Amino acid sequence: MPLVYDTIIIGAGLSGLAAGIRLAYYEQRVCILERHYTIGGLNSFYRLRGRDYDVGLHAVTNYGSRGAKKGPLSRLLRQLRMSWDDFALAPQVGSAIAFPSVRLDFDNDIRLLETEVARAFPAQKDNFQRLLGQILDYDDLNQDVFELSARRTLADIISDPLLIEMLLCPLMWYGNAREDDMDWGQFCIMFRALYLEGMGRPHAGIRLILKNLVRRFRALGGELKLRAGVQRILLDGDRAVGVVLDNGQELTAKHVLSSAGIVETLRLCNASPDAALPLAGQLSFVESLSVVDRPPKRLGCDRTIVFFNDSEKFHWHKPADDLCDARTGVICSPNNFAYNPDDGELADNLIRITAIAHFDRWRDLPEDAYRLEKLRWYDRLATSAVRFVPDFRSRVIDTDMFTPTTIRRFTSHENGAIYGAPRKQLDGTTRFQNLYLCGTDQGYLGIVGALVSGVSMANRHCLPV
Amino acid sequence: MTATDIRGEILDILSDIAPDEDLTGLVDDKPFREQLELDSMDFLDIVMELRKRHRIQIPEAEYTHLASMASTVAYLEPRMKEMVKK
Repeated sequence: MPLVYDTIIIGAGLSGLAAGIRLAYYEQRVCILERHYTIGGLNSFYRLRGRDYDVGLHAVTNYGSRGAKKGPLSRLLRQLRMSWDDFALAPQVGSAIAFPSVRLDFDNDIRLLETEVARAFPAQKDNFQRLLGQILDYDDLNQDVFELSARRTLADIISDPLLIEMLLCPLMWYGNAREDDMDWGQFCIMFRALYLEGMGRPHAGIRLILKNLVRRFRALGGELKLRAGVQRILLDGDRAVGVVLDNGQELTAKHVLSSAGIVETLRLCNASPDAALPLAGQLSFVESLSVVDRPPKRLGCDRTIVFFNDSEKFHWHKPADDLCDARTGVICSPNNFAYNPDDGELADNLIRITAIAHFDRWRDLPEDAYRLEKLRWYDRLATSAVRFVPDFRSRVIDTDMFTPTTIRRFTSHENGAIYGAPRKQLDGTTRFQNLYLCGTDQGYLGIVGALVSGVSMANRHCLPV
Repeated sequence: MTATDIRGEILDILSDIAPDEDLTGLVDDKPFREQLELDSMDFLDIVMELRKRHRIQIPEAEYTHLASMASTVAYLEPRMKEMVKK
């Protein structure tokens, strides 16, 4: 008689680990299967030429300070029975939305953004307050309201199109899987996460959070298998009953919780992959990493994050005819957080620039051309960014770059789609019994969002009640 | 277990679920929801902790009995009276 798990979780990213902790805490026999030799999925880390880098994480949104009782972060920590120090978020020092003629500063206190909107868009002051009211009233889980157009809803509230574009820019960058427009629900969730709650980062980066999650999961008796890719999901009629690993081993389970994505999970069931294909997301990123020889703030790059766009219209879609689109981007320095002085400065001084990229074009490049294009686009990203921050290029001592194919490799998402499928499955169900989704394609994004997704799908579908 | 013991067990569960809450001023007749920062996920934890600690199964239809300390104790008393306090 083979071993039967209560729950098998596909993917050791943040959502899978959080789900695993919940289920193991309530004495389930849980196994997390991860195809890679390392954990984290999109939010991982690596070491190159003696330096530590984060992938994914710029900042943890949904910031909450130590001792706060409200907000997603404290709710999440309660559910995981973990402490604030397990994440130890240092708040951002301040960020900006930079367009050609206008710049709006914001930080973790919404009053700064209110003041900035009133300064740059005096006629929109009251409308912005109305918007804040609607966002506070928005209730998360109604799928019909969730999928309303954010652009149309915003146009009913705010009458200056430029302000709408500027508010959308960071929110789309940090969590919009749809091209051009955004779900109103996702807009409200991201607005709260970025502007109302704010951003922070652990001094040690995503490592700290991942390390503490894994430690907690293992201490509760959870099993984590690395280099254990799932070849397919075992079905009995329309019921999931386990998985087959790449090495042919079969594992059986009462529930299967997949963070692989909607399309990818259906494909693991051999279920109509072609009909499902248009559901896959289209938006992928490149990111350049520049190590500079002194703290970025001494070069005048003193913001935590600058979201830039070089025209009055914010473009959010797959590049039309090139490998990347660097008209808009995100410039982020992990050095620019208000760390505890006892922790000291970060070992390396880093400036990261992110731009939109075209998965197929990067994937189809021959090896030599791929290396060359990485160099070419490193330069183009920097050239675009220095229109909005001081020119740091003469101070660069090391660089790296990741592309859509890197994202594809670590997330398994079709097209290297950073935020997964445009249509989210908020209740986490699939057309198969006992098979559920968590993570990006369930719908909560960001670090805290991914963890909440794992916790809430575990609660809802896998904890027997 | 007596009603007092059960009350103590529930307080212990609450302090585990919501470590930052001050439970000393908890009013037994008032709903938890009005006094503590608890959401539906936290309420599920009361059910799950009772199962984990005391092997008590509570059907979903009966979760409403767990609204306040007084109603929770009244609901659990017949189910826990044979148990020995640890």
